[in-house]
Amino acid sequence: MKKTTLFDIISPIMIGPSSSHTAGAVRLGLLARHIYKETPKSVKFTLYNSYAHTGKGHGTEKGLLAGILGLDVDDRRIKDIFNSDLAKNIEYSFKYTDNIKRHPNAVDIEIDGKTKMFLSGDSVGAGEVAIRKINDFSVKLTGRYNNLILVYKDKPGMISKVTYLLQREGINIAYLNCDRNAKGQKASMVIEIDGDLQSAVETVILHMPDVYFVTYVKKLEN
Amino acid sequence: MDTFEQLYNYCISNNKTIFEASQENMAQEADISVEEVRNFVQKSLCAMKEAISSGIKSKELSMSGMCGDDCFKIQQYYKKQHSMFGDLFEKIIEYALATSEENIRMGKIVACPTAGSCGIVPSTLLAVSEKFNYSNSEQINALITAGEIGRIISIKVALAGAVAGCQAECGVASAMSAAAICQLQGGSVKQILNASALALKNILGLTCDPVAGLVEVPCVKRNPFLAIHSITAAELSVANVESKIPLDEVVDAMSQTGALMSPMLKESSQAGLATTKTGLDIANNIFNKK
Repeated sequence: MKKTTLFDIISPIMIGPSSSHTAGAVRLGLLARHIYKETPKSVKFTLYNSYAHTGKGHGTEKGLLAGILGLDVDDRRIKDIFNSDLAKNIEYSFKYTDNIKRHPNAVDIEIDGKTKMFLSGDSVGAGEVAIRKINDFSVKLTGRYNNLILVYKDKPGMISKVTYLLQREGINIAYLNCDRNAKGQKASMVIEIDGDLQSAVETVILHMPDVYFVTYVKKLEN
Repeated sequence: MDTFEQLYNYCISNNKTIFEASQENMAQEADISVEEVRNFVQKSLCAMKEAISSGIKSKELSMSGMCGDDCFKIQQYYKKQHSMFGDLFEKIIEYALATSEENIRMGKIVACPTAGSCGIVPSTLLAVSEKFNYSNSEQINALITAGEIGRIISIKVALAGAVAGCQAECGVASAMSAAAICQLQGGSVKQILNASALALKNILGLTCDPVAGLVEVPCVKRNPFLAIHSITAAELSVANVESKIPLDEVVDAMSQTGALMSPMLKESSQAGLATTKTGLDIANNIFNKK
């Protein structure tokens, strides 16, 4: 677990009023954008529990949309995002629901554009967030580290092949999370790394046999 | 360094101030230079000043309409009638309101340690610095000192109303603020830690029961209250009035109190001010309006 630092206590510089309901929402939207890699054509947000009940008063919807559109937590445009030019070329909608099985500040993000993508995330407190689901796969992506995400065929040796490539680049793995649908079916790997990854490595991994999908998600700056 | 006792011993045996120990520790942890640490802190300090200067000019209400014009009101009042406690008192009240109102109208603030408590540290730090002409570098020293207090408290208690009530948000901010003011006034390591202990000890049990679940009532006005609270702690401490309970143990008491506090009083708006007749009426009005 990451320890709180001096910097965490006197930051972030953010648009108010709530670190979990506003800054956290922006970060969830932003992570979704970084995973999807471009501006979606349309996006449907489903807000759960406390997000659903107090989101409006906290600007949670504005934060989510602003994040998806690429704004950072301290961008003054968040406040008026619904009327901004940025939001003109995207369709968006919000649904509100209760589900005690979900985190108090949870959101589902359904993205449509070149491809469809489904993401779930939680705002876990003090502006910290975690993306928990990408399509069918459970992941844990916090935006605190640079991340390599893979979907591949579940078979022996895949993890060692990928980690070998990282080792060759001198990259240290901070956290590694794997999940799979069923034995021999599709599996996912989320690798949080120290340092930065050269795009060449991403390409090499993508061309490995039985790798279906690779994406590199940079950590959030703020 | 995980406890205040360790911090104190380290500072004394190495002849260092709290901010020196803290910035060196941060630099080492993040693998950056002390100068880079101070640049980061400088950015937060600048953003705090910006929040005050834009907040002080505004009387725009929040989205709920509950808050937003109190800083304007107090300024109007002080134009006619000065505070009986002098201009520094006026400034602290104004700056704390300006910052926390900037927060609830979706302006840009620095969470310090949280957004709901964002007005406390900047109000005292900047009002006192302006009054006594403390340099930018001294202000950074003070903000780092405040941050170190918050960091060590956060090791034992998560700084979130949902975990430990408002004692962990505005309460911790007031302990940080007391340390910052004590640092500015040239307090010793012992006096700084003692100032934080005094501030924290006197907010134990503070609940988090916001009306309509929003960071507005009572949060906005709690910021100037606890800013002044922290000044009392700093003054007592530089006069060598000692907290009988050391800071580490006060934090333990806060953690225990937070754990014993009902979840209904920890940010869930299921009790306290949130469920008073008027609190519920306000909530109903806000939600029906939308």
